Amino acid sequence: MVILGGSGSGKTTILRLILGLYRPDQGSIHLAGHDITALRERDLFEIRQQMAMVFQGSALFDSLTVRENVGYRLWEQGRLSDERIDQTVRESLQFVGLEDTIDKMPAELSGGMRKRVGIARALASGAKVLLYDEPTAGLDPINTCTINRLILRLKAKGVTQVVVTHDLETAYRVADRIVMIHKGRIIFEGTPEGLQRSTAPAIRGFIEPGSLSAEREAFPSPDNPLY
Amino acid sequence: MSAETFNIRSKLIGYVLVVQEFTFLCGQVLAALVRPPWYVRDMVLQIDRIGVGSLFIVVLTGMFTGMVLALQGAVQLEPYGATIYVSRLISTSVVRELGPVLAALMIAGRVGSGIASEIASMKVTEQIDALRAEGTDPIQKLATTRLVACVLMIPVLTIITNGIAIFGGWLVARLYLGIDSYFYWTWAFEAIHHRDIILGLVKPAVFGFIIAMVGCYAGFHTKGGTVGVGVSTTQSMVSSSILILASDFLLTKLFMAFP
Repeated sequence: MVILGGSGSGKTTILRLILGLYRPDQGSIHLAGHDITALRERDLFEIRQQMAMVFQGSALFDSLTVRENVGYRLWEQGRLSDERIDQTVRESLQFVGLEDTIDKMPAELSGGMRKRVGIARALASGAKVLLYDEPTAGLDPINTCTINRLILRLKAKGVTQVVVTHDLETAYRVADRIVMIHKGRIIFEGTPEGLQRSTAPAIRGFIEPGSLSAEREAFPSPDNPLY
Repeated sequence: MSAETFNIRSKLIGYVLVVQEFTFLCGQVLAALVRPPWYVRDMVLQIDRIGVGSLFIVVLTGMFTGMVLALQGAVQLEPYGATIYVSRLISTSVVRELGPVLAALMIAGRVGSGIASEIASMKVTEQIDALRAEGTDPIQKLATTRLVACVLMIPVLTIITNGIAIFGGWLVARLYLGIDSYFYWTWAFEAIHHRDIILGLVKPAVFGFIIAMVGCYAGFHTKGGTVGVGVSTTQSMVSSSILILASDFLLTKLFMAFP
């Protein structure tokens, strides 16, 4: 599923609420039969084990190597042997095409490589649900394409994924279902085709940013000569 | 309510809030100390960074403090013909006050600001959130390990500072003032009582707690980007220095109340 929307519309906040990193002011969030808003931080750690997040800025741990970053959760859990963890780390890195970076530090990697290591970390954790916060933001078209392909390959493997993005190309490419958010509210829920056919001004404005309706949406002042 | 009164009120509420949050963090860290996991590897790493890493600056601090005390002490004692007792002045002032406080201030500058800037950088680059997302308690992983390292290592560093300061004083006393080594060391050790040693060890442990907790608090409560990291680092250094000096007075007063 893709959560689509402009900057500041509340997309990332939704991901953080799902992970329990933020507490909602009101309402409730149900995950795997639990109302996570009622849980203490320590109890949330159990719930979070079922999910993994790829952060917008990758959020790789600076002081750890790529190997340690990717295998972090497995080492923390302490359930597997070092050999088994190492094998999982290598497989995850192989999946994202970065097995030769295993002993590098995050500072030695490019932006696109860091994003892919972030995906490998999420993958190695064995989480049932992967959450992506703007996975293609700030990347060149080739890296964007690589990340989209990785998401599609994981989709083909049956991994549940929630992608937050403002990138239409990514949304159309990877989504089964799109939810569009505008000013903190859901204004569309459906297929990529349904989104493209929508005539709602806010959606048209987002899809065709050069159009008249988009200008009005962006500058809704009565002084605007477009009115 | 005038704008000025409102501003003062908001600032006061802000200060109370900081104290409340700091106390809450201390409680969380102390509670985390007694429950697993204990991150022994991280603790050893922090002990190495804080202890071994600060060795050079505390040796220099101790050496120059002892040498200056010998020079100044001799000037004060000379009119009374008591220059020979300069080692008493050096050992008592260093063990009771100067050693713990100067070592703590130097360590606050090096270690406290380092803790604040490291955690602050992790905060602004979402690494703290990533730790939470990975199912790790950042307080347990980052704060308890640093607290244990500071509380264990700062007393050790203080003992080294004290020893080096008395040694530095001996260098000046022997080479510059011409005091006999036997008299220097005899009077130096005779002047130190059990109470001084206890006070000289309790103080650094408390200072270690202050340095670690202020650094962690400043780091975890960082707001904004790189500017926020700078602000947190400065705040940590200033706050821990003030708290060290204030708690030094309170601890000395407390010990004096129980002769």
